[in-house]
Amino acid sequence: MVKVFIYPATSLILSDLVARYGHTPLSSAVAIRERIQTAGLESPPLQITPEEPKKGLRWAAVEVPAGVRGRMSLYGPQIEACEAAIIINDADLAFGCMGCARTNELVKFLLRQKDIPKLDLYYPKSEEEGVQFVSAIKRFLDGLGGQK
Amino acid sequence: MTPPVRIAQLSCGPEYSGIQHEIDVAAHAVGGEIFYPDIALRDVRRDFDRFGLDVRSPDLKLAIARAMALVEGRVEADAVFIATCFRCAEAAIVRNELRRYITEHSKLPVVSYSFTERTTSGTLLTRMEALTTIARRRALLAREVQQGITLGLDSGSATTKAIVMKDNKIIGTGWQPTTEVLKSANDVIDHALMEAGITRDDIQAVGTTGYGRFLVGKEIRADLIQEELTVNSKGAVYLANRQHGPATVIDIGGMDNKAISVMDGIPGTFTMGGICAGASGRFLEMTAKRLGVDITELGPLAMKGMGGRVPMNSYCIVFGTQSLVNALAAGSTREDVAAAACHSVAEQVFEQQLQEVDIKEPVIMVGGTSLIEGLVFAMGELLQTKIVVPPHSQYIGAVGSALLASGFIQER
Repeated sequence: MVKVFIYPATSLILSDLVARYGHTPLSSAVAIRERIQTAGLESPPLQITPEEPKKGLRWAAVEVPAGVRGRMSLYGPQIEACEAAIIINDADLAFGCMGCARTNELVKFLLRQKDIPKLDLYYPKSEEEGVQFVSAIKRFLDGLGGQK
Repeated sequence: MTPPVRIAQLSCGPEYSGIQHEIDVAAHAVGGEIFYPDIALRDVRRDFDRFGLDVRSPDLKLAIARAMALVEGRVEADAVFIATCFRCAEAAIVRNELRRYITEHSKLPVVSYSFTERTTSGTLLTRMEALTTIARRRALLAREVQQGITLGLDSGSATTKAIVMKDNKIIGTGWQPTTEVLKSANDVIDHALMEAGITRDDIQAVGTTGYGRFLVGKEIRADLIQEELTVNSKGAVYLANRQHGPATVIDIGGMDNKAISVMDGIPGTFTMGGICAGASGRFLEMTAKRLGVDITELGPLAMKGMGGRVPMNSYCIVFGTQSLVNALAAGSTREDVAAAACHSVAEQVFEQQLQEVDIKEPVIMVGGTSLIEGLVFAMGELLQTKIVVPPHSQYIGAVGSALLASGFIQER
């Protein structure tokens, strides 16, 4: 069993796929609902306080916006702990979405810097691409090995 | 019970900055209620494309879609609060464009703010109060004539001012530096009453504004306790006799600055704040002290100098003072240094705040700093317009309070 960081971290589909193939998804398990009634697309269920942006200083300097640092206080430890990563670029909002582009850039960069198995894919735009997309994820997760 | 003012929040980052609670508390304290316009994912995709601002952050796309839902009447609100992370360039562009878009296409009052994790409800309170007042008390703000005998008191961070008005005329004034809030208030009230030749019993209604408005308002049983953004706007257009049509009000205060875009005496958009005390009246006070002149002499001194001869960076009051000391040590004249200090403050207000409101003439400068003619001149040069400084401009908050308080005479 391998700890797999998923990007977008809010994607329930990805999280589910990782779990189905016997690994541990590292993600923020927040559903993206069809109706959006919260402040942001992936509003945190957690009680984020002004202390979190300070904890985020470990991954982003003080001149980086507070919202980025607050997010990094959640994702930073997961990125450090992960043993593999799946990155889906340009995903549809409904697939899973993280609200801040700057955080997204930083998260993807930090993952790409890590010497771990990575799958870097674009979100499918057709049914055919969709089948290949799921197959690629399946092959990647199978190839990670570990006890299932 | 009066229903709360529904304030639509368009934002990116407040929850992850840990300050959403502060926004909610500030709104609640002034009878407001924050809500997030309810839209569907398909609206985000469609409206973001229609708006045409190609940003990357999904939460900013959401803010754009929500703004369009408000403007097009698909979601109802009384006011709009736009908040994004400080230091995010992408968010700053969206914040400004949404503010402009909503102001141009709807009658919704808007306030925008860039926050850090250190933003507190106290910081947001005056802005929220102005927002709810504009939304709820348009009838009060429509008053153009002062009636009866009223008292207005402005308990500011640097000075306390009082005005007594009778039948649309100022008949008494009082002014002194703020020390003990209540004592300063009582002293200026006594002075204004003495000048007017009346007693407290003759006063028919009282209004308070400024930082000490709640404390003083409670003490003197004010009929109206109101933040300074709406009161100063009202006072400015009243004194400048520009009650109808557009105007821009600039108030460089002792502790913060206000830039307000006004239509028919009612604020539309406004900014409040300043990066540092270097952009406030406090810096000019320090400059006057270092130059060995009274603050009242700084303006005339600056008018004799050439600010361009002295490099001055007052983004921070400490570094600004350092520039000032260095310039004097290098042989610059006091006149040039005074002019440079005025230009530096005006430039900061121009760069930091006036970019966030739409400047419409006439531009009216008010508050104690409007009496520093070097500062008014510098601001006029930057804006390429002739600035209007109305009579009694230093009493602006007190006049606005006295004017608006007359709406309460019958209630009393």
